[in-house]
Amino acid sequence: MSNALLQLTGVTKTFGGIHALSGMVCEVPEGKIVGVIGPNGAGKTTLFNTITGAYRADAGEVKLKGVDVTQWPSYRIVREGIARTFQNIRLFGSMTVWEHLLVAQPHSESAWRRLLPISWANPAAQARAEEVMEFFGLTELRDRPAKSLPYGIQRKVEMARAVTARPKLLLLDEPVAGMNHDEAEEIRALMIRLRDTGLTILLIEHDMNFVMRLCDYLYVLDFGVLIAEGRPEDVRTNPVVLDAYLGKDD
Amino acid sequence: MSTYYASLLAESGILLLGALSVYIILATGQLSLGNGAFMGIGAYLSSYLTVALNVPLTLALVIAAIAAGIIGAIVAFPALRLKGIYLAMATVGFGEMVRSFFLNFDAMGGSGGYRGMQHISVGYVWLWAGGILIAVMLLERSRVWLEMQAVHDDETAAGLIGLNTTVTKIGAFGAGAAVAAISGGLFAHHNVYIEPANFGFDRSIEFVLAVILGGSTVGPGSLVGSLLLVFLPEFLRPIADWRLAAFGTLLILVLLVRRQGILDRSLIRTLTFRRAAA
Repeated sequence: MSNALLQLTGVTKTFGGIHALSGMVCEVPEGKIVGVIGPNGAGKTTLFNTITGAYRADAGEVKLKGVDVTQWPSYRIVREGIARTFQNIRLFGSMTVWEHLLVAQPHSESAWRRLLPISWANPAAQARAEEVMEFFGLTELRDRPAKSLPYGIQRKVEMARAVTARPKLLLLDEPVAGMNHDEAEEIRALMIRLRDTGLTILLIEHDMNFVMRLCDYLYVLDFGVLIAEGRPEDVRTNPVVLDAYLGKDD
Repeated sequence: MSTYYASLLAESGILLLGALSVYIILATGQLSLGNGAFMGIGAYLSSYLTVALNVPLTLALVIAAIAAGIIGAIVAFPALRLKGIYLAMATVGFGEMVRSFFLNFDAMGGSGGYRGMQHISVGYVWLWAGGILIAVMLLERSRVWLEMQAVHDDETAAGLIGLNTTVTKIGAFGAGAAVAAISGGLFAHHNVYIEPANFGFDRSIEFVLAVILGGSTVGPGSLVGSLLLVFLPEFLRPIADWRLAAFGTLLILVLLVRRQGILDRSLIRTLTFRRAAA
């Protein structure tokens, strides 16, 4: 894949003696939805944390559009174009939905303008927040404290917050965990609409059915090692993957 | 207005600035118990400038604020690695360090104190206090303030959504120190005499108290807290020896009933007759 947006080569992360990730290689092509699956403790979230700079990789390279971002601090990686959500939702307790949509936007204005009231000085940021709020169907909830909202909606707010930063690549860590079928379907539809706007998505998910119907390509991790990759229909029948999920039949 | 009330009013204006200096730093989730030291730096530096170098007072205050802001930003660097109670302890240490520096700084009187400043009116004090309060209230509606809140609520998440948390925390410390220095400069020129004991630990605590009592989630809370802290003990004078005990009891009651302090977002909305957000 020459048109890879994100490219990982030999990314390794160890905690003490534990190899959370060893020699991870993967590519995320532009405009696709790519999934990372694997049993609990396979290193999926570690992978996300390493890509976004929450952890420093011990070895290997993370490249976004050919730019090596491996050792960058998180905030620079986000500004370069990788935004994310979290497995356990991390919204800001003191902020409304509207404020969440303003806070994560990249700095297009000068530093002085950022010190002035938003309503005077940042029309562009407001327009962007308005646009994203509408896209995610959050307009009604604009002034509600985000943490007071139902779980499924909190997930949407978190996705919306990430999208306001105008990322090239969106990382979603278990976006439908704990959701019922209808809520999950809604998120799936949102992701497809986001992809259609040109956004590339890399997601972690446990729910195999969900992933199979959504992703264009899959990577399968087990004990920090990439054990399989391919299109969903190929991965589904891959014996190595079945072993990892269901246990070996000795 | 009697000189008695004028001096109380000036005192509360000076306290308001001290409270705001704590409030700005607290907005990023950092508790400083050493802002009395920044106040002292502002007091000594501005007094030296006006007395020894004949610099006009307003300019002297600005210079003192900038100098203290730089010192505050430098202090914030080691503080970046500390959180919660550990950070608070480190700022106590910094406060004591500065106080003992002035105690031994014989060029400006050491323990004997420093005098010779021109007296300023209560109006001048409130010009600064009111101006900075309004500036803080405008800042509260800005992008920068949202970033500070994000760092306050969840620092890790703030970094991972693209905010430079280091700059935010250092900036808040620098700005807080600058405001504390103005408070100190006004204190020095209102009292026309300063000594190191004016800027000790109890001063730092007084600032924090004004913020917590008045409301630690909104800027005007500092105003309410400062006025209460200065005037309430005076109004309680009729009960003579018991007034500080009564004051302490009131304080504990307020904090038990309203952990966020007297003023918060919803109370402000009610008071200004704005429709509450559902």
